Amino acid sequence: MQSNRVVEILVGAFVAAGLVALFFLSMQVSNLATSAGGEGYEVEARFDNIGSLKVRSPVTMAGVRIGRVSAIGFDTSTYEAVVTLRIESRYDTIPDDTFAKIFTAGLLGEQYVGLDPGGSDTYLKPGDRISLTQSALVLEEIIGQFLFSKAEEGVKGD
Amino acid sequence: MLEFLATLGRSAIGTLQRLGQGSLLLWHMLGGLGDLARRPRLLLVQVFSVGVLSVLIVAVSGIFVGMVLGLQGYNTLSQFGAAQSLGVVVAASLVRELGPVVTALLFAGRAGSALTAEIGLMKATEQLSGLEMMAVDPVKRILTPRFLAGFVSMPLLAALFSALGVIGGYFVGVGLLGVDDGAFWSQMQAKIDLHDDIVNGVIKSLVFGFVCTWIALFQGYAALPTSEGVSRATTRTVVHSSLAVLGLDFILTALMFGA
Repeated sequence: MQSNRVVEILVGAFVAAGLVALFFLSMQVSNLATSAGGEGYEVEARFDNIGSLKVRSPVTMAGVRIGRVSAIGFDTSTYEAVVTLRIESRYDTIPDDTFAKIFTAGLLGEQYVGLDPGGSDTYLKPGDRISLTQSALVLEEIIGQFLFSKAEEGVKGD
Repeated sequence: MLEFLATLGRSAIGTLQRLGQGSLLLWHMLGGLGDLARRPRLLLVQVFSVGVLSVLIVAVSGIFVGMVLGLQGYNTLSQFGAAQSLGVVVAASLVRELGPVVTALLFAGRAGSALTAEIGLMKATEQLSGLEMMAVDPVKRILTPRFLAGFVSMPLLAALFSALGVIGGYFVGVGLLGVDDGAFWSQMQAKIDLHDDIVNGVIKSLVFGFVCTWIALFQGYAALPTSEGVSRATTRTVVHSSLAVLGLDFILTALMFGA
């Protein structure tokens, strides 16, 4: 009987340890702790070029993450990328003339949407569209422009 | 030429026969789940011998694998000035791949071989026939609890492995090599997705637990009732389980992360 009790206790400890490990993995290792879950409201922004922006990329304001990209679509009539931003519901006082840009974290880092607040008194409502946007900087284009302008300089210099 | 074809055909028929026998055994074992619900103690004892006794090897391996990942990852990442991403590298490789796979390989060696030997010896010493004589279904009484115990234990063991591995990587990366504490965790939390990484890892370990235990029990049940037969069956368990785990891991990874 005593050894049965020991077996029971050890099995209980094993199951508890396994569940604690799973809990640790989901809370401490994964994004469950930082993600806002499903709550929040969605606004839309259209870009000419989103570079390598992905669904779940962060949306930041003043460097603070206030939401995530929830969907990326393509408008076949205007040939623009339609990016849906899910912003946490506690950040509900974002001016409706806010400027959305796509930035890159570091030289080779991932891309994210940065919001610059405007001065309007009215705030963005769920489903609104951010009309002021700036596309992602594509490295190849910048290098191309740079080479092009250098070449022009060379022609003028002669 | 004909001889070659005949050999090929014979081995194909043999393989199919074993697959069929294995599936029938699986069906038979699953049929015993209802009886098992009335006698949970049988399961408890098996979780002890399959799961609890495997904790030590899984925990120690997890810590050391995590520490090695920390060291190796740091050496490579620091060349690119990206040592801050060490947490992501350690956690992603553990949760997605190493946790489920290495745990399953250890499980096959530690618990699978023991299961095969136990069942094979029961068969060789005619204990299974003895049960049958007493009108007790040996598959439902002996095999079903072991099967369920393996299926339940594997995800818990894999989670232990991954969690301890992350802690081992943290110990080496942050404690010894001086990676920033906050960046280690925050980058990890930013990149590891609950559904994509952790749930998929658990699904993998469930599949591996199912397959490893099934192979072990079938090999034991189908073993020739001699000492040589049992020893061969034990070897086959480890080899087949390991191959099945590695092959299935590729398929599961392709399905989960490939698209």
